[in-house]
Amino acid sequence: MNILLLGIGNVLWADEGFGVRVIERLQKSYRFPDNVKVMDGGTQGVYLVEHVQTADVLLVFDAVDYGLRPGTLKRIENDDVPNFLGAKKMSLHQTGFQEVLAMAQMLGCYPQHLLLIGVQPEELDDYGGSLRPIVRAQIQPAIDMALTHLQAFGIEAETVSSDGDLADPVLNIQRYEQERPTASEACRTGDDRVLMLEGFQLRPPQPAGENTMQVDVDYRGKY
Amino acid sequence: MTVTHTPNGFNLNDAGRRVIVDPVTRIEGHMRCEVNIDDDNIIRNAVSSGTMWRGLEVILKGRDPRDAWAFVQRICGVCTGTHALTSVRAVEDALKIKIPENANSIRNLMQLSLQVQDHLVHFYHLHALDWVNPVNALKADPAATSALQQKISPHNPKSSPGYFRDTQNRLLKFVESGQLGPFKNGYWTNPAYLLPPEADLMAVTHYLEALDFQKDIMKIRTVFGGKDPHPNWLVGGVPCAINIDGVGANGAINMERLNLVSSIIDRTIDFIDQVYIPDLLAIAGFYKGWMYGGGISGQSLLSYGDIPDKANDYSAANLLMPRGAIINGDLSKVHEVDLTDPEQIKEFIPHSWYKYPDDSLGLHPWDGVTEPNYKLGPNTKGDRTHIKELDEAAKYSWIKAPRWRGHAMEVGPLARYVIGYAQGNKEITEQINFVLKTLDVPVTALFSTLGRTAARGLEAQWAAGKMRYFMDKMVANIKSGDLATANVALWDPETWPSSVKGVGFTEAPRGALGHWLKIENTKIANYQCVVPTTWNGSPRDEQGNIGAFEAALMNTKVERPDEPVEILRTLHSFDPCLACSTHIISPDGTELTQVKVR
Repeated sequence: MNILLLGIGNVLWADEGFGVRVIERLQKSYRFPDNVKVMDGGTQGVYLVEHVQTADVLLVFDAVDYGLRPGTLKRIENDDVPNFLGAKKMSLHQTGFQEVLAMAQMLGCYPQHLLLIGVQPEELDDYGGSLRPIVRAQIQPAIDMALTHLQAFGIEAETVSSDGDLADPVLNIQRYEQERPTASEACRTGDDRVLMLEGFQLRPPQPAGENTMQVDVDYRGKY
Repeated sequence: MTVTHTPNGFNLNDAGRRVIVDPVTRIEGHMRCEVNIDDDNIIRNAVSSGTMWRGLEVILKGRDPRDAWAFVQRICGVCTGTHALTSVRAVEDALKIKIPENANSIRNLMQLSLQVQDHLVHFYHLHALDWVNPVNALKADPAATSALQQKISPHNPKSSPGYFRDTQNRLLKFVESGQLGPFKNGYWTNPAYLLPPEADLMAVTHYLEALDFQKDIMKIRTVFGGKDPHPNWLVGGVPCAINIDGVGANGAINMERLNLVSSIIDRTIDFIDQVYIPDLLAIAGFYKGWMYGGGISGQSLLSYGDIPDKANDYSAANLLMPRGAIINGDLSKVHEVDLTDPEQIKEFIPHSWYKYPDDSLGLHPWDGVTEPNYKLGPNTKGDRTHIKELDEAAKYSWIKAPRWRGHAMEVGPLARYVIGYAQGNKEITEQINFVLKTLDVPVTALFSTLGRTAARGLEAQWAAGKMRYFMDKMVANIKSGDLATANVALWDPETWPSSVKGVGFTEAPRGALGHWLKIENTKIANYQCVVPTTWNGSPRDEQGNIGAFEAALMNTKVERPDEPVEILRTLHSFDPCLACSTHIISPDGTELTQVKVR
């Protein structure tokens, strides 16, 4: 039985990086039997199909918007998963993970068990930023949820302490946070037309005022 | 109404109805397109706008240049490796680091494998649906499909009626379950689709085959990059050792691993020869009357070149993928391209949402500035957060307008192929002549949407052949006793000069990619990327020259203005990737393409 633990998302966009950060922690702190693969899927779309196809049991970690309180963990299983995935993804040619699942299905290889462990993000529009504390605090609970789920398949993880990184060490969460350029050096926000789109409203409504309509941020002339 | 004649030869007229496509789907990143059509539904004005902005360059500031590749690899899901390679080359150029021959061969193998995989995925999974109608495939006769398959590709073993019947059943099940999956949101009743059902079924079958096959190509990067997604890269070489007598799938590269790569290369060559190229020619045969979409491809083309034969020599003569520039449609002269010359490549912003010290002047990327300035023109319809119609006379895009000696240029497979053809490159000329002869079309047929799509297929074939070349070359080099894969003599920042600059370039699947950087006191002081879609998707410039996307849409007939098949077809033929060309912010995936006709 092949088991895949897959984290998806973009580490450069704050809470969007949740899935990848869960995988980072799994890699550092746990060891699994050989039939379990731990993968940082990043924002790869179509290219993940083969891994989904070969998995009998698939666990996906991702930041997904369910309209819940930020930091809420949500567990979704099997047929319900495609309905929740991919609503807000930056991925290969806008191939959300939903489509990856559909492609796997068309190819006739679909995981027998599918579990999505998602977190409600607090902040996405912070380029170069890291997980917000409330989301970061859910890494371990998400892992615990996964480990409990895996027990049903007879999988026990061994805890270890390793310095190894799956991704290049510069993306390691500590270094990523510590070495971030200051806001005055590097503009962190984006285009407010996009930020104001309905699909992007994850924050509480901003007080009305001139500032919410300005894209001319305050970091001008610094670089 | 405004009527303008652009310096690069297009007559723009914005009198007719305005059609807006936002976002343009099946691409990476966000893009919007607005056109005006006349009473005969012919496009007479075209406006392309990148609708997001990213802070890529600025988040690299102050970081260790040896780490930049890991960041640029995360910009988007498509060109990960190409950005990483461009980044390490830029740093090596700045610090004058020479890489070993094996590292050059391995990098080329990784780059070529990406080229092949990307072209394959683009053709079958992102672009085919602009030509192929999967719903129509349900009407096909599997026996007739089998006959068609055997006719166009006699050596392809998967051609029985039963094989196509299976696909048809699978497709039917999908359609009946109400979930069209990747095929939803199509315009499947549009008369712009011209294939008979059998060709549609054949293509859909290969859609699935290609999806299954492309994963093998990826394994090449897993072998050399340690893992995939997100293979490892290294300033000074490649991060993998060679131990030819070793065993196992982990650790140093051994004979077992090399044999795996070798067998994948063989299968890739077969797949392209037996499936991709025959499909391309078959589909093109039905569409050869549809000659729209050439834009500026007949006039202005640019390639930086790539795939150095010998390590460390980035001169045009040593690059197997052609380098040069063609302007004014003069194929008899291919100009030399110098990325360090401040007079050649400049980025302009009069129509882009940025601010320069002097907006009217262009800046060479080494002196580039990325300062947002979101201002709308007086004729914009809508407001700052909900634009109904852009005012192209003012600023209208998050993409800058790069120009080569003042010319708007097209980049990508077609540019590389026409430049190679103009230079008399033997392999490229033979491939092009074969296609022209098979389809019985003149050389000018290249300058079209279909020509762009054909060049991509030919390039995939070329790249697969070059993978074989570098594989054999590397094995011979290893056998001669050279096992070096990295040069770490200048790894320590204490050995670096206090202030240096460098430029790295590659030919990404979708076109010329350059990273310009400055290193001061061992840290990144400035980093600018000019990416392929910045060239192709550029807005107008100071002189009023329109960009490659805009030009390619001009004079196209749109059968049904509310179903922009033709617009998508031409834009997709560039394989646009806006995640790095514009400044990303929205991860919004709620989109059905909205088409508005005003």
